[in-house]
Amino acid sequence: MTRSEDRLTAAFLLVALVALFGGVLTGFFQAIEHAGVDVYPSTPIVKSYYHSLTLHGVLNVLVWTTFFICGFVPFLTTRALGTRLARPGLAWLTFWLMLGGLLLAAIPLVGNAATVMFTFYPPLKAHWAFYVGLTLVVVGTWLVTLNLALTWRAWRRQHPGERTPLAAFMGLVTFAMWTLASLGLAAEMLVMLIPWSLGLIAGTDALLGRALFWFTGHPIVYFWLLPAYMSWYTLAPRQAGGKLFSDPLARTSFILFLVLSTPLGFHHQYTDPGIQIGWKLVHAFLTFAVFFPSLLTFFNVVASLESGARARGGRGWVAWVARLPWGDPSLAAQVLAMLLFAFGGIGGLINASYNLNLIVHNTAWIVGHLHLTVGTAVTLTFMGVSYWLVPYLAGRALWSRRLALVQVWSWFVGMIVFSNTLHRLGLMGMPRRTMIGAAPYVLPEWKALLPLVGIGGTLLFLSSVLFFLNLVLTLVVSRAPAPAVPAFAEALSGPDHAPAILDRWRPWLALAVVLIAIAYGPTLVRLALTTPFNTPGLRVW
Amino acid sequence: MATRKGTTVYLYELAWILPSFAIPVGMLVALVVTAFGAGIHLPGLERRIDPTKVAETPPFDKPGLVELAPGRYEVRMTAQIWSFAPREIRVPAGSTVRFWVTSKDVVHGLLIPKANVNLMLLPGQVAFAEARFDTPGEYLMMCHEYCGIAHHTMAGTVIVEARR
Repeated sequence: MTRSEDRLTAAFLLVALVALFGGVLTGFFQAIEHAGVDVYPSTPIVKSYYHSLTLHGVLNVLVWTTFFICGFVPFLTTRALGTRLARPGLAWLTFWLMLGGLLLAAIPLVGNAATVMFTFYPPLKAHWAFYVGLTLVVVGTWLVTLNLALTWRAWRRQHPGERTPLAAFMGLVTFAMWTLASLGLAAEMLVMLIPWSLGLIAGTDALLGRALFWFTGHPIVYFWLLPAYMSWYTLAPRQAGGKLFSDPLARTSFILFLVLSTPLGFHHQYTDPGIQIGWKLVHAFLTFAVFFPSLLTFFNVVASLESGARARGGRGWVAWVARLPWGDPSLAAQVLAMLLFAFGGIGGLINASYNLNLIVHNTAWIVGHLHLTVGTAVTLTFMGVSYWLVPYLAGRALWSRRLALVQVWSWFVGMIVFSNTLHRLGLMGMPRRTMIGAAPYVLPEWKALLPLVGIGGTLLFLSSVLFFLNLVLTLVVSRAPAPAVPAFAEALSGPDHAPAILDRWRPWLALAVVLIAIAYGPTLVRLALTTPFNTPGLRVW
Repeated sequence: MATRKGTTVYLYELAWILPSFAIPVGMLVALVVTAFGAGIHLPGLERRIDPTKVAETPPFDKPGLVELAPGRYEVRMTAQIWSFAPREIRVPAGSTVRFWVTSKDVVHGLLIPKANVNLMLLPGQVAFAEARFDTPGEYLMMCHEYCGIAHHTMAGTVIVEARR
């Protein structure tokens, strides 16, 4: 580890992995609770099912993802540009700010004073340190954006007229999109939750809180996904022995994600009173629009993998899949993540469908869906990335490739069992975020399936134990030198084919702002003007 | 760009982009047709209510079931930690029930899976849904949003009685 950037990435990864461990452990408790094993009376620290669920959500979807991304994306972006970060000092300040924020939020979180789920809907009232801590983490992500932008600008001065390398382009788009999208959450925190939790204002408002949360809450999914896509587009084709099919199409889809990720959060609020039906429909339209760049990604990535498999002697329409280098755990993890993500994408369309949403909203179906997207497309891909990134940062070879392959496949199988069962339970009307083992109304048809939730969750937990075991043994036992970092894939159709306008930032950012203003402006203005902020806070856990 | 046209990559891209565009558009059309053709109603702008004065605000001062006309009912319901009021609703088979619901404290939900009722209940907002109960039997209704330590006990029943 010679580069300061490498040490920075290692620091972010360490926090991310510790959070992942806490998250999967509490997740395991919840899964077996559904199967009838209530461990909470005998667990230290974890006070209740709902305390556990809050820990699981915050640690896995907020901390693991964000810290991994803030380590991985600048790493890949600077390598693609062939430069250092413009402000290494700022980068370290960012890390310590985010870690400080995380620890501040962790005090009430772990102490059962913020058992409000990772969505923290007011008027459930957590300790102020929870809101302030999470806000500092978000501010840290903005500083990452700033550092990446300054780095790119310095690179641009030295390379006028050159195309931004694809991985760097994707890293910049990811953080630009996120910074714009996080404004909703920032507003919720700064205007409502923080002053309210500090006792400066008496009341809050549930609808405005949810509207601002979901302004950020849907695009945050793309903030997690786009770094996984970066790996699928710029590394996986080469790991598969092939080339990226189309660089212009990849850039196009990322620009569309930049423009379309945010103005669609009402599809999480179809069943909320207080938002006009017409605006809900507009957000449904825009959610379907963002399916378009997803389909482009699906095609481009699969075509790239196919080029690798064919170069390795693959034949036929589908049979080529067998010729992918399945012995490489990093690639295997990513390909399996893509496979399950196809179902996550289809499920997402069902959720976004104005009418079908009535059947699945807030049921176990949603939990099944989220575990395919962030729990597999993102997490399994990040595990695959960890299989080369951690050895590289540690300067030692991965302890066992075979163990890694077992881990990757057991995650895949465990997730199929777990997620499929939750989808089915959701269709049978089982609510999410509910201590089902203690609920008085469990229907016989749910009862028949609930053991599968426990089995799937146990498989996932065992898989994650293998993952951590392998990484720890890599650090402690492994003595072989680290292999090289995967090189960026070349493209069959290269960046010189991409329209020049894709490299310009202002028109796309402007378009994104305009779309957000159209989709959200009238409702947010109306709510801001009419909301009485008269709902008192409650601590009911 | 000129050299790019006619290359294999370009042709494959086109062959994919066109259906990729057509598929979401087609699904949207299907969605709009089925949503409005089937008369599915999502909650919209109903009205605000002072969440600290629900018990004094009509019609929630008298929670319960009201028969508007033969076979047509309206239920005025409040949600609070951790119960619905009324907890039990009895209607004859074939009835249409209009639900007017609000929360007295935190965010709750109302889920009646077999009747396609799925509502978020927010303090400060009145929520509305309409459902038809044709088949006699017991319909489970549950809170489906985390609302505190006993969230999983918050439930009720719609009892649909066979007509004699």
